[in-house]
Amino acid sequence: MKTLSRLYIGLILFFLYAPVLVMIVFSFNSSSSVWVFEGFSTEWYTGLLSDDVMITALGHTLIIAALSAVISTVLGTAAAVGIMAIRNKFAKKAIMGTTNIPMMNADIVTGISLMLLFIFIGKLIGLSESLGFVTVLIAHITFNLPYVILSVMPKLKQTDANLHEAALDLGCTPVKAFFKVILPSISTGIVTGLIMSFTLSLDDFVISYFTCGHYQTLPIIIYNMTKKSVTPDTYALSTIIFIVIFALLILYNMLSSKNESKALKRRV
Amino acid sequence: MKKILTFLLCLTLLFSFSGCSYYSYQYFDLDLKGKYTKDLAGTSLTVYNWGEYISDGSYDMLNVNAEFEKLTGIKVNYLTFESNETMYSQIKSGGVSYDIIIPSDYMIERLIKEKELLEIDTAKISNYSLIEEKYKNVFFDPKNKYSVPYSVGMVGIIYNTAQVGNDIDHSWGVLWDKKYKDMTLNFNNPRDAFMTAQMYLGQDLNSTNKKDWDKAADLLKKGKNNLQSYVMDEVYGKMETGEAAIAPYYAGDYLTMYEVNEDLAFFYPQEGTNIFIDSICIPRSCKNYDAALMYINFLLEPQIATANAEYIGYASPNTAVINNPDYYYYKNEILYPDEKDIPKVQYYHDIADEIRMHYEMLWCDVKLY
Repeated sequence: MKTLSRLYIGLILFFLYAPVLVMIVFSFNSSSSVWVFEGFSTEWYTGLLSDDVMITALGHTLIIAALSAVISTVLGTAAAVGIMAIRNKFAKKAIMGTTNIPMMNADIVTGISLMLLFIFIGKLIGLSESLGFVTVLIAHITFNLPYVILSVMPKLKQTDANLHEAALDLGCTPVKAFFKVILPSISTGIVTGLIMSFTLSLDDFVISYFTCGHYQTLPIIIYNMTKKSVTPDTYALSTIIFIVIFALLILYNMLSSKNESKALKRRV
Repeated sequence: MKKILTFLLCLTLLFSFSGCSYYSYQYFDLDLKGKYTKDLAGTSLTVYNWGEYISDGSYDMLNVNAEFEKLTGIKVNYLTFESNETMYSQIKSGGVSYDIIIPSDYMIERLIKEKELLEIDTAKISNYSLIEEKYKNVFFDPKNKYSVPYSVGMVGIIYNTAQVGNDIDHSWGVLWDKKYKDMTLNFNNPRDAFMTAQMYLGQDLNSTNKKDWDKAADLLKKGKNNLQSYVMDEVYGKMETGEAAIAPYYAGDYLTMYEVNEDLAFFYPQEGTNIFIDSICIPRSCKNYDAALMYINFLLEPQIATANAEYIGYASPNTAVINNPDYYYYKNEILYPDEKDIPKVQYYHDIADEIRMHYEMLWCDVKLY
């Protein structure tokens, strides 16, 4: 039984990581072929540094991901707190439902409708260039929001509702009570939301495709290479991104486990 | 923390390796200072081109846009697309403006028809005379008012000599020859796949007779005995590894595959083939017309055009490139066949919606067959 379960886990890990491994191996291929491995080389990594188009697009992607993650986390947390405070059960459910719809909605519908909206408003206020940095940022915040709300909400539900009142009783102003009492107890939810929206924004293609205008992000640039063949420096770049995200996740896990053990000790 | 530091150090180490580059062209210093002024410095220019369709500084090659910026002080905002249709929908959406676009022949025909392009004042483009005569006055722009040729190419058949030998019929018929059962590939898009059948049948590629398209579709269905799969990008892998033996594709892309697998050979079918021209145009939304003209002239500069032609690997319509002995593909028989070896060529024209819908329906039928 144990071997079977190990095999099962092994298979799952294999299917999850085999494609990434293949990509990493081929990013060190010395030939331009993406199929025949001809020897070890780092030329695609050095070549990448001089590939202006790709580096600019990477910059765009990172800026959009970071900004949209931060903004949607702030907005989403505030929204979650607000929704929790609604007394009317029906209204609460209705609002939760409406915030969840964009998440269920097909990306292509969200993308096209946002594009139409932006162009419509752009024409209305007389812009000749309605699509660009601002629109792609707004679009990313829009599709990140429900994920933040969804990850903060359960944490809020877990927190004792009386805590806030107790803090007020002990002399906190409502704002102070929120920052000193509520925020620390939902912080893991907030961080999860932040990471989630960062990664979602990082690899979004469909919605960016329709709303980016001149501000093309990395997934779009890679897609546009498909007229000719995708070059191995794309693999090099993806490898670096993978490793960085991997390192970030390990760091995050190390930090949170440290915090937990600290918290445990304190309780003991 | 230490671990992360080590990781970062490893990463920097990785970058400090200076691998030898794939291409090793040497570029003499660009000497264009006198020809370009800095009058427009500080303005910007938005260029919308195919992906991987300009020499961008990778692999020690010339960075065309950076050179232009250095020379003129104009900031180039360089964007890419992957199909004429994507580009068209962006232009039509009206939400974005471009100063330069580089579509293909049939799309230029449509854009001119729909009045989406501005006239190009070729008198202000001193290098325009370098364009080869046969690429001027082409059907989509008979008076050369709207477009300047950038890159051209023809479709031919790539085959693996290790599998099918050197003795192969130079005809589209190989796609239907029983000898090559389960060995062929074909384009995974309707226009190009139908082209292979239409050429074999001796039809007009832009036929307005639905029966012609029906016949071509029947032939494509028959071809499925020989067909491994319909491919686009995957053609590189399948041909380079020898998984498939025969595939129609672009001449320039054959040269890329040949660098990996020297068993591959290429011919232009005797029935004729399809040719495309990608040309530089200025769309109606252009905001920096003078800079756009300057950029077009810059792209036609002998050194710049040579760098682009080497990077892209397709044929150049620029005589300064074709006659440059230092050009990597100088006198290449595949890209620049002798006058007597040039196949009969047909262009794609912008096709009526009714016909397009008809062949798209037939295409679904063929694929499901």
